[in-house]
Amino acid sequence: MQLFPCPFCGPRAETEFSFAAEAGKTRPEGDVPDLAWSRYLYSETNPRGPAREIWSHLTCGEFFLMERDTLTHVVKSSSSLRAAS
Amino acid sequence: MSARELPGRADLARLQFHFDGRLYVGREGDSIAAALIANNVRIVARSFKYRRPRGIWGAGVEEPNAVFDVRLAGRTTPDVLATTTPLVDGMDIRAGAASPTAQRDPRAALDLLAPFLPSGFYYKTFIWPNWRLFEPPIRDLAGLGRLDPNHAPPADSAQINERCDVLVVGAGPAGLAAARAAARAGRRVALVDDQLSPGGALRHRAATIEGVDGVKWAADVVAELGRKGARILTNTTAYGVYQHNLVCLWQRRADGPDALWRMRAKQIVVAAGAIERPLVFPDNDRPGVMSAEAALIYLKRHDLLVGERVVVATNNSGAYAVAAALRDAGARVVVADLRASPPAVAGLEVRAGARIDAVHGKIVEAVTISDRVIEADALLVSGGRTPTVHLHAHAQGKLRYDETSAALVPAAPVEGLSVVGAADGTFDLSAALAQAHALFDPAAPPACKTAEPPYAVEAAWPKPGSKGRQWIDYQNDVTLKDVALAARENYSSVEHLKRYTTLGMASDQGKTSNLNGLAALAAATGRTIAETGTTTYRPPFTPVPLKVIAGRRRGELFNPVRRLVLEPQHRASGAVFREYGGWLRPAWYGEGEAVAREALRARETVGVLDGSPLGKIEVFGPQASALVDFNFYHTISTLKPMRIRYGFMLTESGFVYDDGVVAKVNDQHYIVSCSSGHVTGVAARLEQWRQDRFDSGQVTIHNSTPQWATLTASGPKSKALVASLDLGVDLDDAVLPHLSFVDVAFRGRPARVARVSFTGDRSYEISVPSRAAPELFEAMLAAAQRLGGGPLGSEALLLLRAEKGYLIAGKDSDGVTMPHDLGVTGPREKRRNEYVGRRALFSEAALDANRRQFVGLAAEDMTPLPTGAHAVEGEGGRLRSIGFVTSSYFSPTLARPIALGLIERGRARLGETVALYHLGRPLKATICDPCFLDPQGARLNA
Repeated sequence: MQLFPCPFCGPRAETEFSFAAEAGKTRPEGDVPDLAWSRYLYSETNPRGPAREIWSHLTCGEFFLMERDTLTHVVKSSSSLRAAS
Repeated sequence: MSARELPGRADLARLQFHFDGRLYVGREGDSIAAALIANNVRIVARSFKYRRPRGIWGAGVEEPNAVFDVRLAGRTTPDVLATTTPLVDGMDIRAGAASPTAQRDPRAALDLLAPFLPSGFYYKTFIWPNWRLFEPPIRDLAGLGRLDPNHAPPADSAQINERCDVLVVGAGPAGLAAARAAARAGRRVALVDDQLSPGGALRHRAATIEGVDGVKWAADVVAELGRKGARILTNTTAYGVYQHNLVCLWQRRADGPDALWRMRAKQIVVAAGAIERPLVFPDNDRPGVMSAEAALIYLKRHDLLVGERVVVATNNSGAYAVAAALRDAGARVVVADLRASPPAVAGLEVRAGARIDAVHGKIVEAVTISDRVIEADALLVSGGRTPTVHLHAHAQGKLRYDETSAALVPAAPVEGLSVVGAADGTFDLSAALAQAHALFDPAAPPACKTAEPPYAVEAAWPKPGSKGRQWIDYQNDVTLKDVALAARENYSSVEHLKRYTTLGMASDQGKTSNLNGLAALAAATGRTIAETGTTTYRPPFTPVPLKVIAGRRRGELFNPVRRLVLEPQHRASGAVFREYGGWLRPAWYGEGEAVAREALRARETVGVLDGSPLGKIEVFGPQASALVDFNFYHTISTLKPMRIRYGFMLTESGFVYDDGVVAKVNDQHYIVSCSSGHVTGVAARLEQWRQDRFDSGQVTIHNSTPQWATLTASGPKSKALVASLDLGVDLDDAVLPHLSFVDVAFRGRPARVARVSFTGDRSYEISVPSRAAPELFEAMLAAAQRLGGGPLGSEALLLLRAEKGYLIAGKDSDGVTMPHDLGVTGPREKRRNEYVGRRALFSEAALDANRRQFVGLAAEDMTPLPTGAHAVEGEGGRLRSIGFVTSSYFSPTLARPIALGLIERGRARLGETVALYHLGRPLKATICDPCFLDPQGARLNA
């Protein structure tokens, strides 16, 4: 049972979280080619090792960025996605 | 005769038990194994494959033979390990694998067929004509525990989450030293040990620590830990290390059900000791061949002497303490030391450079050591100590082979986990104390004195090719020849060896066999032990009852349903409940043809439905319009205030995810009303887009589904019903048209009346705060009854919807249905702005002319079509499905069957007859419009 650090609530059990997406994907708008839309929806880098991912903490509802290692399961950092005000 | 009770047992309470049908007496504090030894029961089991007689080998979790079915208080528990289970008065114990008893098992004849039953025999034999003929009797012959069908343990195991700074696994000298040093350094400590009392090996190997007897020292340390607030769990097994330093502990309690602890530790200290491994020689599985360490434990902890004429065969110095202790208790002891020049020991007869040639007797009667026969009733063997490294390995720790101690020990340390003492290959007491103490305290470690010489061992690994039948894995009946066979057949990976021979795969998980097995494989393949490596260590360390892992989450608690505020009122009205989308809801009311009765009544007068589970997700703020428009297929923001629109939510792949209505209060306040099963999902996707695409400071979302109860009156008399409720609402259709709503009051509480219809008839949805629901329901039901109507259940509602062709998302649409398949094409053609799923609606698949489209289906006769029947085209054996029936009912209103379905190019085929196929039966149906009743929609305002 991994422990993930929500930037707002602190370390919580992994069952309180839901994986949202790989970080860095931008939704293509307008009439993009079929392949580009398909890649956006279904293709993942799925890295072996360091990864940047967007997770949602279901308890507080916040989506945030987490940097972790998919091999060692070490969590490097987590940070809010909200723009600095 | 062999095992003898020593005087120390006389003062203990007597317990009665049965073993294989015979009555015996044991003592308080005995394990089942100790009680059997006390009664000189020498054959306690039959081996798994060859049904050879077996005796007790060990004294702890490493025991491979003594696995029993135990019946107590009317309940039978299979596969109980005798060495770790305390004897309880009244136990009725059966040797698990034996038939009928361990003492007498005619299937022992299988041993004669041994040459034909090596490892993997079932891959080469018993195949023709059909291996399924042979498998059941072969399984019956094998030794497996019998499961009592009444064995349903109660769901009473507690599950406890706890945190600590330092978790110490093992309360032997190393563990105690580490725990005490950590506690004195101010850390929050948890200490676990799988025995009832602390001390580990101190309980059977004499030592003095800091001037006091080892056992007393252990008790003193535990007392000090207790005073410092440490969590001490005895009779508790740390069975697995999981990610981020989580350790699972299985606690067995005398005064209550077992508990599972999930302990999150900043630092784990593994002081789990070591397990003695057997020597491998011909007929080494005979009853009477035992672990030397186990014999010492039975002597010191249970006052039992396992034999009168004992041979101790050893390749290491540790067994000498066993020999001396048994001699002092009155046994005649001969030590057979495999080493050429062991150090001399006073007072013991030692044969150096010994070779174990043979064991004689069905139960040990004599042993031939270096060509000389010695009469013996017990052969105690010690092949060396195997460090218990499992928890280190669970944490991805690696191992290395240490030549000096002939053992696999932890290599580089794992972050957050340390291994100390015998578990790290540090077998000598003072070194173990120093190593453990140094983890938390650089100052001088506890001083100790012991009569034991430093641990010295010379490896005596099995030699493939040597004579005689030599057992490696007792529990799965795997011999040295099987390892050689695996190597010959090129199963040279240790992982393949394990699976091909099943070595190490039984419930003891190879605790006494893995190292001997891999050493044999190394020899057979010409490699070193280090090159051969080990198999992967996985939790649990010992078998853990599933009820402990499952905890209390069973039955109703496994997947609890959500319950309506009005459940008591529904039950009082005779409701029969079923689960819909995770909610327990009234399916129908009363007896007989309730569903048809309710449906007909709702069409003729009025029905009252509890629609409270329907989602109500409120969206507020300046960007509320933009958020709602982006999430819906239909444009919502063009609604006038106080109006309602029906719409689809799509996935980004363009598939219909949910259909529902959205009510617009004003430009900055919308209420999304989605289907009850999708509330969490819809709220989550709205929240995701709110944070991902919009300014979360300009729009917020609030799920107010449980705060409001919604009761619907549907039918031609619904207007009269609502009028009688005195809500202060103007019900004139010009003031409150269909798809509009108004805020009113119900007996002083806020209420909202909305004209929305899921039945096709005039309908009013009245929402009040949940606390006011019982009053409103009572008033509505009474009013309905006065008008000739009554309650409306979910089954009747589904029927009424189907009559109108109002689809249920997920029932009448499948995982790839797009809005234009359902005939809703406007937004796809007209919308220019971006919304979820837009791009996918123009993909190649979306533009395919042969997509399955939502249609109605008319049966040939008065029998409703089977739901799930496939529409087919093609001939004979090459039928192709072109869709299926999604909903089907007998309509009481129309007095004929109606059905809905998804059929390829359905909308272009209205009027055509289509062939159906269902569970071997061919049928026919005619494709028609999905709306069977009032296609003009006049009933909405009737």
